[in-house]
This record gives sequence, C-alpha cells and structure tokens, in this order.
Amino acid sequence: MDRNYFELFALPVSFEVDISSLSERYQDLQRSAHPDKFTNATDRDRRLSMQQASMINEAYQVLKDPLKRAQYLLNLNNVDTHSESNTVMDTAFLMQQMELREALDDIMDASDPLASLESFSADIESQIRNLISQCQTCFSDNTEDSLKKAEGLTLQLQFLYRLREEAEDREEALL
Amino acid sequence: MAYSDKVMDHYENPRNVGTMDKEDKDVGTGMVGAPACGDVMKLQIKVSDDGVIEDAKFKTYGCGSAIASSSLLTEWVKGKTLDEASEIKNSDIAEELALPPVKVHCSVLAEDAIKAAIKDFQDKQ
Repeated sequence: MDRNYFELFALPVSFEVDISSLSERYQDLQRSAHPDKFTNATDRDRRLSMQQASMINEAYQVLKDPLKRAQYLLNLNNVDTHSESNTVMDTAFLMQQMELREALDDIMDASDPLASLESFSADIESQIRNLISQCQTCFSDNTEDSLKKAEGLTLQLQFLYRLREEAEDREEALL
Repeated sequence: MAYSDKVMDHYENPRNVGTMDKEDKDVGTGMVGAPACGDVMKLQIKVSDDGVIEDAKFKTYGCGSAIASSSLLTEWVKGKTLDEASEIKNSDIAEELALPPVKVHCSVLAEDAIKAAIKDFQDKQ
C-alpha cells in the first residue's frame, strides 16, 4: 500500500508519462482488483480489494493529468504544494490573468461569441502547453532550484486550468 | 453550499466595483490570487495627502465569498489611515460575513490585497 503511484503502475518516477502504457496498466490493475472477483472472499480481503481499487483509481487520475502529476512529483520531492496560503504572486502574471478574465467577459457580447471563444480557448490551451513543457524541463533538470521553479509553474497552471473551465462553461451556455 | 445573508448582499450588490489609474501617484494597487481556486483580486486605494484612504475600488474574479470579502473591505478602509487599514485582519472579515471554514481563505485573500495595495502606494512615494 505504501508504494507510490508510479510504482503501482510500474512506471518510472518521471514527469514524462506514456499515456498509452498508463491506460493499459490501469485496465489490467482494475481487472485484478475488481470487487466482483472477491464476492466469495473474506470480509477482510473484500475490504482490501476495495481499498486497492480506489487507490488505483486515484493514482490514475493523478498520473494522467499533467498538473496533478506535477504536484504529486513535487510532493514526492518534499516540496509542499499546499497553495491555499500562497496568495501573493508575480503581479504581472496576475494582471494578465485579470485581463484574460475581462476578455472572456467581453466575448459574451461579441458579434460571434462562439468563434471568439474558440480562439480564446486555443490561446489558453497553448499557454497551458507552454507551462507544461517548462515543467518538463524543470523536472528533468531535477535540481533544488528547478523544482522550486516547477512549483511556481504549477501555481500558474492552476489559474489557467480554472480559466479553461470557465471558458468551457461559457461555451456550454452558448450551445 | 449556503451563503450567509451578508455574503449574498455583497455578492448581489457589490460596493465600489471599479478601476483606478494604477499609474496615479496617489493610487495604490494590490493584486493577489488564490491558486487553489483560481481567484484573482485587484484592490485599489486612493490616498489623500494626510495619509487617509479617500476611496477604494475592487475587481474580483472568484466565488461569492471572495467577492463579498473584497466588497466589504473597500467599505471598511474608506476614511481609515493607512496604519488603521493595515490592521484589518482576515478573521474580522470572516466573522462579519460568517464565512464557513472552507471559505476563510477568501478573507485571507482580501487581507493580503489591502496589504499589497498599501505597500504599492508606499513604494511609489
């Protein structure tokens, strides 16, 4: 039970994850821990299999998502990603986030909101990709400084994820 | 989750929403963000020659509690000196708005915003 998520999936501890091996392993693991297999087992074994199944699920959600994976890797490296108390960030970045949110508001009044929304989302998506690729570099350098930098990148990613959700909600409202 | 009446009141009728010229020497701007929920808050104060906050404006993208915290804060700081304003604690805001524990970080955001705005103003002098 105290194996880390990467070990559970027999993957190297790395930010780079081969998504197709991850999904394959996930299906194998899920089958082996499926509660139906344990209908005739003892209560204890049934309970263990359920714990195992939920851990496999949780591990999969973390490993397949770049942001969660980055946070998890930082935690494995003893970098605290508890971001709730971390409010003061780079002012320029926050200004830009404010402007992006204002732009999203304005889009709803545009003549063709759906088209504007699409190009807005494409821009957010490319910013997310850019941050993820910077994370990749930081994790492969794997120094104290680069992990510190990766932590900052995950904080920025959280804002962009939120913005992406917001854009998706607006899109749904328009459709 | 149910919001308190006070939060709803500020959320539906936010006070002092707006923007000031951040290049103005008399204006201090505080920008803060909460990565955990992606909230972004901008709080601006206009300070008179004798160090009293004449006006305050905010713009917040976030949940009802974050909007209410910043709205309430702008009401509170008006007429206060910078020293008085910097003494406002997030717990005062949380208590006034009856924020549940999971939303206390919204009041922290507001406290950090006024501190950042005061610092920005002082750095400009």
